[in-house]
Amino acid sequence: MAITRIKGGKIYDPVNGINGEVRDIWIKDGKIIAPPIEADILPEKVIDATGRIIMPGGVDMHCHIAGPKVNLARKMRPEDKRYAPHVSRTALTRSGTIGSVPSTFATGYLYAGLGYTTAFDAAVPPLSARHAHEELQDTPIIDKGFYLLMGNNHYALEQIAKKDYEKLNSFTAWLLESAKGYAIKLVNPGGVEVWKSGGANISEIDQDIGHFNCTPRQIIQGLSQTAMDIGLPHAVHIHCNNLGIPGNWRTTQATMDALEGRRAHLTHIQFHSYGGEPDDQGKFCSKVQELADFVNSHPEVTVDVGQVLFGETTSMTGDGPLGYYLHKVTGKKWTSADTEMEAGCGIVPMVYKEKSFVNALQWAIGLEWYLLVKDPWQIAMSTDHPNGGSFLAYPEIIQLLMDRTYRQEILKRVHPRVLERSCLKDLDREYTLNEIAIITRAGPARMLGLKNKGHLGIGADGDVTIYNESSNILAMFELPYMVIKYGKVVVEKSEIRLQVPGNTLHVSPSFDPGLVGGIRKWFESYYTIQFENYPVTDEYLSGGGTMIPCNKK
Amino acid sequence: MQNELKVVSNATCTFCGCVCDDIELTVEGNHITKAKNACVLGKAWFLNHQAGEGPVARIRGKEATVEEAVEEAARILVDAKFPIIYGLSDTTCEAQRVTVAIADWVGASIDTTTSVCHGPSGMAFQGVGEITCSLGEVRNRADLVIFWGSNPAESHPRHWGRYSTMPKGLFVPNGRKDRTVVLVDVRRTKSAPAADIFLQIKPRKDFEVLWMLRALVKGLTINEADLIDTGVTLEQLQNLVDRMKACKFGVLFFGMGLSMTRGKHLNVEAALALARDLNAFTRFYANPMRGHGNVTGADNVVSWQTGYPFGVNLGRGYPRFNPGEFTTTDTLARKEADAAMIIASDPMGNFSQAAREHLASIPYIALDTKETSTTRAAAVAFTTATYGINVPGTVYRMDDVPIPLRPAFESPYPSDEKILRALEKKVLHLLQAKLQASN
Repeated sequence: MAITRIKGGKIYDPVNGINGEVRDIWIKDGKIIAPPIEADILPEKVIDATGRIIMPGGVDMHCHIAGPKVNLARKMRPEDKRYAPHVSRTALTRSGTIGSVPSTFATGYLYAGLGYTTAFDAAVPPLSARHAHEELQDTPIIDKGFYLLMGNNHYALEQIAKKDYEKLNSFTAWLLESAKGYAIKLVNPGGVEVWKSGGANISEIDQDIGHFNCTPRQIIQGLSQTAMDIGLPHAVHIHCNNLGIPGNWRTTQATMDALEGRRAHLTHIQFHSYGGEPDDQGKFCSKVQELADFVNSHPEVTVDVGQVLFGETTSMTGDGPLGYYLHKVTGKKWTSADTEMEAGCGIVPMVYKEKSFVNALQWAIGLEWYLLVKDPWQIAMSTDHPNGGSFLAYPEIIQLLMDRTYRQEILKRVHPRVLERSCLKDLDREYTLNEIAIITRAGPARMLGLKNKGHLGIGADGDVTIYNESSNILAMFELPYMVIKYGKVVVEKSEIRLQVPGNTLHVSPSFDPGLVGGIRKWFESYYTIQFENYPVTDEYLSGGGTMIPCNKK
Repeated sequence: MQNELKVVSNATCTFCGCVCDDIELTVEGNHITKAKNACVLGKAWFLNHQAGEGPVARIRGKEATVEEAVEEAARILVDAKFPIIYGLSDTTCEAQRVTVAIADWVGASIDTTTSVCHGPSGMAFQGVGEITCSLGEVRNRADLVIFWGSNPAESHPRHWGRYSTMPKGLFVPNGRKDRTVVLVDVRRTKSAPAADIFLQIKPRKDFEVLWMLRALVKGLTINEADLIDTGVTLEQLQNLVDRMKACKFGVLFFGMGLSMTRGKHLNVEAALALARDLNAFTRFYANPMRGHGNVTGADNVVSWQTGYPFGVNLGRGYPRFNPGEFTTTDTLARKEADAAMIIASDPMGNFSQAAREHLASIPYIALDTKETSTTRAAAVAFTTATYGINVPGTVYRMDDVPIPLRPAFESPYPSDEKILRALEKKVLHLLQAKLQASN
C-alpha cells in the first residue's frame, strides 16, 4: 500500500475551511486519508513542504484541448508554432508544439506543470466524440472530459418545439451515454442552425428558429431543466447568443432571466457583457456591473470569465456565425466545419492589442467580472483557452487579481478610453490565496459536481499542488514546486517525473430504453453513419475512465 | 475445422475515403463470401481478400521470428542518423498513434501518403482556411454539388448514392431531383453522364478557371479574351456563378485532378477561396475527395501528436514542419535518409526513380498485408493482418468523421499495432541502453 505524507505545508483548502493552516496531508492508494493514529504507520514517501503552500490540483472547467475543431486549428496554423517555444522529447516524455493550440502530449504536460490536474473541453459534436476521446487518451497526466454540443441538435430542437420533455430528457441521457460526454453545452442556441440554413444568425432569444418552430428561450429553458431532471453533476453550460457583439449584455440578461431560477453555468461571460450598439464601436462599453448584480443575487447561477490577454492566439468556437463575423472583422483566414444534425464550428487567428480600444476594454471587462462577483464560489477562472488567451496565462491573471498596483500599471498602458468605459480603475479589491484557491480549483470542482476534486478532505483524490511561497506571485504560480496526481509525484522542479494516463470523466444517466427506437428511426433518416457505429465504447476512455454518478430526483 | 457461417453487420469498408460502414459481410471460415451494400471496389476488397502467404517476418529475405525481426528493426531505427517513417494511410489510428511515438523516440521524419495526394490541399488550407462540413450536411441540405478534378463514378462509387447527389435529405426531400450536379474535368470521365452540367476545361487550366470564377463572384468584369485556352466560355462560367450564388447550399468536392496537377496548392487555394467567398451570398463548402481508407485518420493523428499534418521532422527532439524538406519523396531523392520504415504503403511501386533508388540502398523496415515491391527489398519485412477485415480499430472518413471497424475473422498474422507496440518497446529499451552507455 502506497502511503505518502506531505509534511509541514501551509494548506489552502476552502471546501474544508482551511485557510493557510500548517497541516500534514496523507495520501494512500491515490486518495486523501486521515493522518494515521497509530504511531507505527510509516509512509513510503515523505515530502517536506515546510515553507510551502499547498492547494488541491487545479481544475479548468472550460477550455478547448481536444477534438475536431482543436485539431483543425493545429492543422491550419503552422505559423503559430514557428517561433513559439516547443516541448522537447525526454527519455520519459514525448515532444510537442505549443503556440496557442498545443499538441496533445504537450497539453497534458503543460497543464500538469502549471499545477492543474483536471480539464474539460467545452465543445464536442457527439458525432466526433470518438475523435475527442482518442485525443484525450494522448493527453497524459490530467483527468479530463468534454461537454456535448446540444443547443442546435435537431432531435433536441424537435422535442423542444413539441414540448415533449420526457423525450428530450431520454435523448439527452442517451446522447451523453453514447458519446461518453460529461455535460450539456449550448452554443449560440438556435443561432448556429440558422447560420447552417442559409448564413443568417439569431439576435434575440425570442426569435423563431425558422423550420424548427422554437426559440432560443425555449432551448435554454428546456435543456437547463433537462440537466436538472436527469441529475447531471454539472448544470447546463451556456454560451449565449450574440457573443462579441456590442450591446449583447441585453441578450445575456435575457438569458439569465429566462432561466427562471434553474441552475445554469454561463461561460466566457466576458464576451457577453458589452454595452453599445452592434454597428457603432464608439459606444462600446462595459455592462459587467448590471450582470454581476444578477449573479450576486442568484446563487444558482455560476460563470467563468473567458479572460482576454494581450498577444496572439486562435479563436475556436462551436459558434459558426461567430467564426464568419471574426473573419470579416479581422480579414484573416477562416475555417468553418459543420456537423450533420448537430453543430457548427469556426476558427480564426486572433491578435489582442493593448492599444486597441476594443481589445483593451475586453481585457478590463474580464477583470471587472472577477472583482465584481462577490462570492468567489460563483466564478471560475478561464481564458476560454485559447480564445481569450492560452491557459498558460493563468498565473498572469492571478497576479492581476492579487496585486492591484500591478493591475493599475497595466491599465495605464492600455488604450486610454478604457478608463472612461470601464470601472476597473475604481476597483481596489485584491484576491487572497484562499479566494484564488476557490476560483481555480474548489469552485470549478463544485460547479462540475466533482465531489472528489478541488479539496483535500478525507476521500478526495490525491491531486495536490505544492507551490513555493513567494511575494513574486507570477513565479510562484508559473512553476509549482511539486504536482501530485493520485498520490504520485508527476511534476517536480518543473520537470515531468512520471507519465500517468489520467482518467476520462464521463456520465451515464439513465433513460427510458423504450424511447431509443424513436431516436434510431430519426437517426437513420438523416445521418450518414450507422446507428450501431455511433456509440463510443469503453476502450476509448483514457485510464479506463471514471464514471461520475448522476443524482436523479 | 468446419467453416462456420457468420454474418457481420454494420461492417466498415476501408477501401476508399468514403468509408462506408453499412456493409453486411457473410463470412465462411476465413473467407468473405458476400459483401452486401458494397460497391464494385468494396466487393473486390472484401471478396478477393486472401490472408497473406509466407512467413510473418523476414530479415533480408530470410524467414525470422517476430522477436528477431523486431530486434533487428529496432536496431536499424536506433542506429540511424536520419531515419524516416512513411505510409500509414491504410492502417488503424491505433497503429498510427504508436508509429508517431516511435518516430518521436528515434527522432525520425514522420510523413504519410498525404504528401503525394492531398498534401497540397493541406498547404492550401494553411493559407486560406477551409469551409467544410460532414457528408451528412451535404446529404441533408446540398442543392448544388460540384465535382472538380474528381471521378467518383470510378474512384468513389458510393459517394453519390450515400452522400452527395442521390440521397433524400431533410431539406432536399426529393433527392437527386432537388439537386444540380456539375462536373469539371479535363476529360469526359465516366462521371460525366451523371452530371447535369459538364465543363471540360483544358489541362493545366484549373487555376485560371477557378480564379475567373472568383472574379465573377466578386462582380468583376471578365472578357472572353481572358478565357482563351481555358476550354470554357464566359457564358458557361457566368451560368455557373449564377447557380453558385443562387443555391441554398453548395459544395465543391475536389480531387487529385486539382491537387496534383500544375499549380497544386495554388489550385486548391483558389478552390477554397472561391467556396469561402461565396459565403457572402449563401452557404458554400469545399471538401477534398480523399482516397485511402484512413489517410484522413493519419492527418489527424500526426496533427494532434505533433501539431502538423504531414512532412514532420523530429530529429531535433521536437516537431518541425516543412513540406518539400521533410516529405518522403524529397528526402529520399536527395539521398538524405539513412534508414526507413514503411507502413502499409508501396513506395517502391510508385515513387520517382531517384527516390526508389535511394530507398533500395538503405536499410528499411516494411509492414504490409501482402508481398509488394517494397516488402521484397526490405531489410526487415513483416506480414500483418488487414485492418477492417481482420483487425478492429478506428478510421476517419474523408470528412473527418471517426468510424469503428468490425473485423470479419481473425488473421494468422499480427496487426500493425501489435508489431509496432513491440517495436516501440524494443526501441525504448535500446535507447535506454545507449543512454546508459554514454553516461
